[in-house]
Amino acid sequence: MPTLTIDGKEVSVEPGMTVLQACEAAGVEIPRFCYHERLSIAGNCRMCLVEMEKSPKPVASCAMPAGDGMVIHTNTPKVKKAREGVMEFLLINHPLDCPICDQGGECDLQDQTMAYGRGSSRYDENKRAVEEKYMGPLIKTFMTRCIHCTRCIRFADEVAGVPDLGATGRGENMEITTYLQKTLASEMSANVIDLCPVGALTSKPYAFEARPWELSKTESVDVMDAVGSNIRVDARGQEVMRVLPRLHEDVNEEWISDKTRYACDGLRYRRLDRPYIKVRGKWQEAEWTEAFQHIAKKLKGMDGSKMAALAGDLMETEAVKALKDLMTGLGSPNLDCRVDGARIDPRSRAGYLFNTTIAGIEEADACLIIGANPRHEAPIINTRLRKRFGRGGFKVGVVGQPVNLTYGAEYLGAGPATLTEIAEGKNAFSKILKGAERPMLIIGQGALARADGPAILALARQIAEDFGMVKEGWNGFNMLHTAAGRVGALDLGFVPGKGGRDFTAILEGAASGDIEFVFNMGVDEGDLSALDKPFVVYMGTHGDQGVTYADVILPGAAYTELSGTWVSTEGRVQRSLRSVQPPGDARENWTILRALSEFVGEEKLPYDTLGALRQAMAADAAHLNVIDQVAPAEWGTFGKAGKVADDGFTSPIGDFYKTNPIARASRTMEECSVAMRADSEGATGTNG
Amino acid sequence: MLADKDRIFTNLYGTEHWGLEAAKKRGDWDNTKALLEKGADWIISEVKESGLRGRGGAGFPTGLKWSFMPKDDPRPSYLVVNADEGEPGTCKDRDMMRHDPHKLIEGCLIAGFAMKAVAAYIYIRGEFYREAEALQAAIDEAYEAGLIGKNACKSGYDFDVYVHRGAGAYICGEETALIESLEGKKGQPRLKPPFPANVGVFGCPTTVNNVESIAVVPTILRRGGAWFAGLGRPNNTGTKVFCISGHVNNPCNVEEEMGIPLKELIEKHAGGVTGGWDNLLAIIPGGSSVPLLPKSICDTVLMDFDSLKAEKSGLGTAAVIVMDKSTDVVKAIARLSEFYKHESCGQCTPCREGTGWMWRVMERLVKGEAEVEEIDMLLDVSYQIEGHTICALGDAAAWPIQGLIRHFRPEIERRIVHRGEKRTVAA
Repeated sequence: MPTLTIDGKEVSVEPGMTVLQACEAAGVEIPRFCYHERLSIAGNCRMCLVEMEKSPKPVASCAMPAGDGMVIHTNTPKVKKAREGVMEFLLINHPLDCPICDQGGECDLQDQTMAYGRGSSRYDENKRAVEEKYMGPLIKTFMTRCIHCTRCIRFADEVAGVPDLGATGRGENMEITTYLQKTLASEMSANVIDLCPVGALTSKPYAFEARPWELSKTESVDVMDAVGSNIRVDARGQEVMRVLPRLHEDVNEEWISDKTRYACDGLRYRRLDRPYIKVRGKWQEAEWTEAFQHIAKKLKGMDGSKMAALAGDLMETEAVKALKDLMTGLGSPNLDCRVDGARIDPRSRAGYLFNTTIAGIEEADACLIIGANPRHEAPIINTRLRKRFGRGGFKVGVVGQPVNLTYGAEYLGAGPATLTEIAEGKNAFSKILKGAERPMLIIGQGALARADGPAILALARQIAEDFGMVKEGWNGFNMLHTAAGRVGALDLGFVPGKGGRDFTAILEGAASGDIEFVFNMGVDEGDLSALDKPFVVYMGTHGDQGVTYADVILPGAAYTELSGTWVSTEGRVQRSLRSVQPPGDARENWTILRALSEFVGEEKLPYDTLGALRQAMAADAAHLNVIDQVAPAEWGTFGKAGKVADDGFTSPIGDFYKTNPIARASRTMEECSVAMRADSEGATGTNG
Repeated sequence: MLADKDRIFTNLYGTEHWGLEAAKKRGDWDNTKALLEKGADWIISEVKESGLRGRGGAGFPTGLKWSFMPKDDPRPSYLVVNADEGEPGTCKDRDMMRHDPHKLIEGCLIAGFAMKAVAAYIYIRGEFYREAEALQAAIDEAYEAGLIGKNACKSGYDFDVYVHRGAGAYICGEETALIESLEGKKGQPRLKPPFPANVGVFGCPTTVNNVESIAVVPTILRRGGAWFAGLGRPNNTGTKVFCISGHVNNPCNVEEEMGIPLKELIEKHAGGVTGGWDNLLAIIPGGSSVPLLPKSICDTVLMDFDSLKAEKSGLGTAAVIVMDKSTDVVKAIARLSEFYKHESCGQCTPCREGTGWMWRVMERLVKGEAEVEEIDMLLDVSYQIEGHTICALGDAAAWPIQGLIRHFRPEIERRIVHRGEKRTVAA
């Protein structure tokens, strides 16, 4: 534990830490541009120079390892002059763009100039200018502003795993570029916008839209995938302007995926803003009471067994709880939240969670990925796997589709045959799993949304037990969900009751006429054409596939427009705060169900406030009121051993940028989708 | 004045053949096995006793540098020879490599053996095409004769020597940038610590030495460190090859004793300053990176590390650039500033932005298009760069300008005033 003196104060730090980290521990602020805790050390901005006794020159504190007995000074005239000098140098070629630069108000260069700069420039010569570069539809570049900190290069190379960025040229002609003028081929690419300390890399969709001081900032949770990334929603008035990451060491660290960040403009388009009733094949605007009466008329006298309800991917637990209570009150056992047809077994919680936890990945030493593409299904988790891989001693095998995960994962085979081989110890990877201290597996929906799903699940469970993945202090069995609302709904028991139909059976019943009423809460994925026949109430936020087969539309609120609870794929319960109001006449989801309950069923729902609803939720599942904890789930039985089919596992995600109604309504996501396709298929400009 | 018997480089001018046979006649490869048998510790202590200081510009004691290599490390060690010779004015390594390459190759083996290296990489600047050819041919000869390679000189020690050509960047003469370039990456210097002896080429312990430093080692070992230390002055021992260029009647490379008076060096070996000694304006004694010295100091200064440092200059690579009174000294330094701006790698802020700024101000000072206050501003900017950069290129860019302002400020001011007068007259 080296002990050093910083500005007269003694501080002890972990061995291996740098002087800059020691200064931070001592509470001394060191200005910097190129240093970032999660990236490798560059040491090239020279802003962090401090005086060290016995050294003739000032040292770069971000790179100097803290040594025992060092005496550091950060507030001497020499240090002040050094900082002013570096600041002056950075500004001599930096354009006077503040008034038109999006970074203004949240710019490291502005902040550090005010704190450590000279106050005026002595530069009288010409400033250099740099051509804009194309880096894709998300990143707007003003490379003249670039101060060459190389954070973007290091991020793309180390964290995102796509070495697309580099610096060409020498000296003052050095330019950061992709050189090939191609889109940054990563779903984590837009994080460079946060990293860039100046306005060189800014957000293209958000360009020239707002200033940071105009925005209200609300802490929220992302629903674009099941990771539960912590986000901050910035809104101006009632309009969501942008989504930024929030720090959470155990979930998303400081990153968010491009979809999380940019699907938010989809909140403006194709919104359902008032109730509609289908009258003689045509949609008619209605008042809320009208709509409820229309539903009540239909349900009058109908037996509960003919009714069904589906809970969609983005639904918060409050809405799921309210719907479950409503349907149970109506006597219907036909409830299901597994609306991609995945054969998840709700009996054992450990059988449907990412038990290792995202942070726990860093302890693993082997990983078997079954029917999942973490790069597209949960980019944050893939980033964590990549982080672990970079440290060495971590073998990854993939059974399913061969995808480039950005790290050296070994492709083992396409489907159940390979999985059986591994389970029986006959595959080379079996030895790796056997020899590992903390092996883990990740099973995705691609392996479960098929008729032999229960058997695959049982096989995975067997692998987990046989290869030492489940033991004291370690649970390596992980299910990777794609939907933010799935785990919460499973925890609440939104699954078929006694004698009830599951999702596949509900659709079959709908087609055959046995199911006459379906409450579709936010389901828009897959083939829902079977819902054409029954009377369908669609409650959701966007005009997507769900409304095609609806007879009544009840406009709900999206995730930024309500305070909701979601349980992530890890089993972490997280709660968001509301940023803006839903548009038009749309209402919060649980309030719609509560209001509807006054018209249908025996009794109205027993909660009038959000707090009361949450108490009722906790009665069903106590952990739902314990926020930001992951309670380890007990191992149990799940899955059903049986015959497995031949066909390989396919990922449920087709186009990463279009996996839910909000993303599909987003113009930015459409641009990204086109750009990625163009890069992979090599569009020549004459296509289509 | 160096006696012929004390000369190390006996074929500096290429009057004899560079090949192995001729080299052997000159004394190279003479029972190298015996030298190796005396052991690494003996070799290092002889070199330490000789007082040899790095001949590449920094003057770091070579024996001390070799002793930094780890004694017990599972990773292989490497010797890297810096034959980039990028410092303007320097041309000594070129002659050594094309006329006397076997001195270098034998030196590589002995030095490599002393630091338990498995191979030497000679990084030669890309512009030295013919020199690289000659060097590679000499290496091939040495392999053929079993002098290097497996069981080098039948000593039981395996040692390889590789030539790697550079591609035209001055910055690749900086030791860590050279290592980066050798590894196939952009030639951008690394931060130190960690030092190359700890983490060098391919992440393994490495020592980077100049061609001349390595090439003199066999002779030092044969004649004894004490012999080498007997030449020159304490702390500035031995011989040095000086490269004299510029306004002299006979520009040349010459091996001389350390501490030779500058005036004697130029008059005896370079035919004197053009137009006579009194026609001298200034001399840059050690390559463009060191501050210049006006005639008044050149009259008496000695050519070694400490004497020049005392005069606020440096020996550097001992590339003596002589400027007589016909020189536009401000333009000369401005051209050097342009060189540093062009060669800056762009990694760190002060050098990337500062060298361009200094060059642009210098260009204006050439024509006098400035205010007198800007001279001090330029000086201030040079102090802002010096010491704040990752590598010494920043210092190297700052020093010539500091030297100019220190010794020729009146000349700069004269131009500014003159320009001002011209303007007023025109109006």
